[in-house]
Amino acid sequence: MSALTLTLKNAPEQRIDMSALSCHLLKTLSITDIAALTLQSGKRKLRVDELFTIEGSDSQQLVIKNSHEKLDFIGKDLDGGSISVEGDAGAYLAMGMKAGDIKVSGNVGLYAACEMKKGYLEISGNAGDFLGAALPGNKMGMKGGTILVKGDVGQRAGDHMRRGNILIEGNAGDYCGSRMTAGTIAVMGQTGRYLGYAMRRGTLLLWNQPQLSASFNDCGAHTLAFLPILFASFRSLNTKFADVAQSFNRVQRYAGDMSEMGRGEVLVKL
Amino acid sequence: MIINGVSIDATFAEAFPMKATRAIITAQNEKWAMISAQAMTGFATSVIACGCEGAIERVLDPSETPDGRPGVAVMFFAMGGKGLAKQLETRAGQCVLTSPTSALFAGIDGGIRIPLGKNLRYFGDGFQISKLISGKRYWRIPVMDGEFLAEATTGQVDGIGGGNFLVLAESQPQALLACEAAIEEMRKIPNVIMPFPGGVVRSGSKVGSKYKTLGASTNDAFCPTLKGATRSDLSPEIESVMEIVIDGLTKEDIDKAMRVGIQAVCDLGAENGIKRISAGNYGGKLGPFHFHLQEIMA
Repeated sequence: MSALTLTLKNAPEQRIDMSALSCHLLKTLSITDIAALTLQSGKRKLRVDELFTIEGSDSQQLVIKNSHEKLDFIGKDLDGGSISVEGDAGAYLAMGMKAGDIKVSGNVGLYAACEMKKGYLEISGNAGDFLGAALPGNKMGMKGGTILVKGDVGQRAGDHMRRGNILIEGNAGDYCGSRMTAGTIAVMGQTGRYLGYAMRRGTLLLWNQPQLSASFNDCGAHTLAFLPILFASFRSLNTKFADVAQSFNRVQRYAGDMSEMGRGEVLVKL
Repeated sequence: MIINGVSIDATFAEAFPMKATRAIITAQNEKWAMISAQAMTGFATSVIACGCEGAIERVLDPSETPDGRPGVAVMFFAMGGKGLAKQLETRAGQCVLTSPTSALFAGIDGGIRIPLGKNLRYFGDGFQISKLISGKRYWRIPVMDGEFLAEATTGQVDGIGGGNFLVLAESQPQALLACEAAIEEMRKIPNVIMPFPGGVVRSGSKVGSKYKTLGASTNDAFCPTLKGATRSDLSPEIESVMEIVIDGLTKEDIDKAMRVGIQAVCDLGAENGIKRISAGNYGGKLGPFHFHLQEIMA
């Protein structure tokens, strides 16, 4: 069976809610049924076959071609299967994802992988604000799984993050790791202001010295035994993080945010 | 059956089901991994009074350990899962956590999960940090030499304890030399340990005693100084008997270890004073696993 391929016919005028096209929801549907599904677009509901040309039949391997930044909620609550997005994706990509994997070749919008529970998300371009964060008003962001971003990410990446890994090959915006409860965010590029703002626990692993708030205290230089194990876990990924030359176990450790619980840490490569 | 002049008794070793686990200790170098492993497996010769049977299984190459440092695999066997878990945890806490540069990892991925660093984390007094990496939880516990890294749990599986054979020789040095040769070969076999000092026990026991409070006492039938004083199992030329006890994960593992061990003893042969190989059993009524010497050596 070949992958179910949806090719966007035209750039949409209104934003489109793609949540009905998550693999687990398509398991029992025929291609005719899928074509007849309706997607919310502005105040209208549009049939899938009105928006996309449909090829292939394996709904557990979904390919979205010619994708556009107005396609929101791709892979929402995904519970198995894989989605490959060729082009950009809109907001709320992989929101609440439970299992499976999603790969995006372009850029993605706000709140990607917000409240993600498990699975793997790979973004080849840039990601917007609130990557892996909690939805507004909620207290628990990403709870598991791995996010890999090859480009840059916006502000508040990992806001309220609880567990899992966010790997950023590029730069991170302001407030990276804000209000983190646990988990790991690794940034190879530069980080913005207010890094780890109000973080309670968790690890921010950095390749470059950040601009730290006064509420982070220097704990000195250390060789940490868990780092080789952490880096080894990235080896299977298609990323610079998998490169042995990029791994290290010697870091400068800063504890914070002391204005909060202070059990978090910023580890900077030495 | 006679191999190189050594008579193999038509008898069997009787063994019992036990609960087993394995842990991997790593350190800055092999010396300190070994020191930690020796401490952890100390006073673990027999379940009769030690609470568990434990020993070093083998030295691990850095390429075989989770953190890429030199390591040592240790195994423990106990009569029940609860007792095993308690022994593992107290030994990890007192002997590995305390040992400079050490880290502790699971040695068995499957099975029932029992705590390794899961409760030791409280030593961190709130400063401990959890990391979930590739589905495994690790605890980073701040200690005075840096951080003690311990995997939260390891696997508990069914094992077998009490595989054994006896080496009957014309003199004490000859019996010991033969046992040393056997242990050297047996240590190459994975999934087994020989828990007694140096792998050899000179005080094999029988069940029961004339003293009501004792559950086990000296195996007088194999004590050479009692040849004329008790119903002895020894012929006049036997002056020393030593035993090798084997605990293993499966019957096949123990079979293999016994085969290479007995073969090493037989290779020394009668010309080096080795006269007989026998085994300890309780008439076959107590332990469900029987290791027939002649079948193993056939």
